Amino acid sequence: MAERHSFQKEVTDLMSSLEGNPIDVCIQCGTCSGSCPAVEYMDHSPRQIIAMIRAEMKEQVVNSDTIWCCSSCYNCTVRCPKDIKITKMMYALKRYCIWKHAYSKGAIGPAFSRRFVGIVVKTGKSYEPGLAPTFMFRYGMMGVIDNMMMGMSLLQKGRMAIVPKTVKRIENFRRVLNRIIPVGVKE
Amino acid sequence: MKYSYFPGCSLETVAKSYDVSARITAEKLGVELAELEDWNCCGATAYFHIDEILAHTLCARNLAMAEKTGLDVVAPCSACYKNMLETSIQLKKDVDLREHINLALKEDGLEFSGTVRVRHLVDVFTDDVGLESIGKHTVNPLKGVRIAPYYGCQMLRPKMERENIESPEFLENLISATGAEAIDYPLKTSCCGGSLIATKNPIALAMVRNLLKCAADKGADLIATTCPLCQVNLECYQKQVNRKYGTEYAIPVLYFTQVLGLAFGIPGENLLLGKELSPPANFLKAFVKQA
Repeated sequence: MAERHSFQKEVTDLMSSLEGNPIDVCIQCGTCSGSCPAVEYMDHSPRQIIAMIRAEMKEQVVNSDTIWCCSSCYNCTVRCPKDIKITKMMYALKRYCIWKHAYSKGAIGPAFSRRFVGIVVKTGKSYEPGLAPTFMFRYGMMGVIDNMMMGMSLLQKGRMAIVPKTVKRIENFRRVLNRIIPVGVKE
Repeated sequence: MKYSYFPGCSLETVAKSYDVSARITAEKLGVELAELEDWNCCGATAYFHIDEILAHTLCARNLAMAEKTGLDVVAPCSACYKNMLETSIQLKKDVDLREHINLALKEDGLEFSGTVRVRHLVDVFTDDVGLESIGKHTVNPLKGVRIAPYYGCQMLRPKMERENIESPEFLENLISATGAEAIDYPLKTSCCGGSLIATKNPIALAMVRNLLKCAADKGADLIATTCPLCQVNLECYQKQVNRKYGTEYAIPVLYFTQVLGLAFGIPGENLLLGKELSPPANFLKAFVKQA
């Protein structure tokens, strides 16, 4: 008979097993939430997210905006008294949501990360102007103007590349990545 | 003192002034930064949102190339530093993961064995060069300049190999060695918002605003940073913060290497001062060659 893993197990499996403790040791002390610089903008605090995972509230967690508000500052991680790597849990949830194409409406993070990885896989280096289309049209007319002005100013100051840079041994580089995930690169 | 230097993508573009000032101040201090041959992107935070093994593979390639040189690898960018450090720790611990990734690295004739040590540029300046040498090279003491040391996140967390990550003082010490006054302000290790500036702009602007306010309230003339994204968020977005919050912040945000360079008597133009989008404060104009 077909079975499903619990959501808690899925999340636990996505976190690196050699580091830190699984979320089931969480004592709900709230140190993570109290240390989070973005907590006031989240719909659920990090502590609540852990509680919700343990309560198998998969749909609510996946649709929560919280994970996309995490800036990877690692305050929660270094302060957790139970040594749960909470930032890694946020990464794990981001991966889970991106894979499942299920995330809070209006989240820019998934497209941004996908584009970023797409650029790096192709060239081996990051390229800011290539990322701009994933976010610049998402903050209204003023946002478009602000981003255009920012781009122009940076260009004027010589702080933006017009052409993307590429690593020299790009063929080797792509073969390396293809060994990890074989996607569309000839052997 | 010789190191394998990993500039990272930002230092080729938006943070060119960090790259230039890092190289020139390092040279002055007798530190040789030999750029790592054919390095690739560290993966930033975005890669970990997509695939963890792929993210480690990116860093492993750089680490494997650095190992060949037999030198410590130095990153000026806090995100690059954090990613490389994480990968080196992870791959040393997890034999299966290391074997998996080494199989892939073979395609580029490389292998990660775990001998390389990952360092942040600040760490090289404070620990290897030492404050005494920094003081000795200071020919133009920045007397009366009140500098807010800004640590940000990923240089310290999750596992900077330093004792005190809650209230570190090594940047203060570095600033004091130049004759400047390092000011104390509570948000020195708070987050600048990182890439939320693109993906959650209002949240990042609020974080930037809090930092600027905190530093300004304590009378900072200048904020010294150790990371390209911190510099961009705090400096390039000041205008947007001012508009949104009705404030009038005009605080120059420079890389710590530019501050050191000024103290060492290196002309501002050689440190790429003036590449900021916010106008530099009056006291800095003396160092900046007008274009």
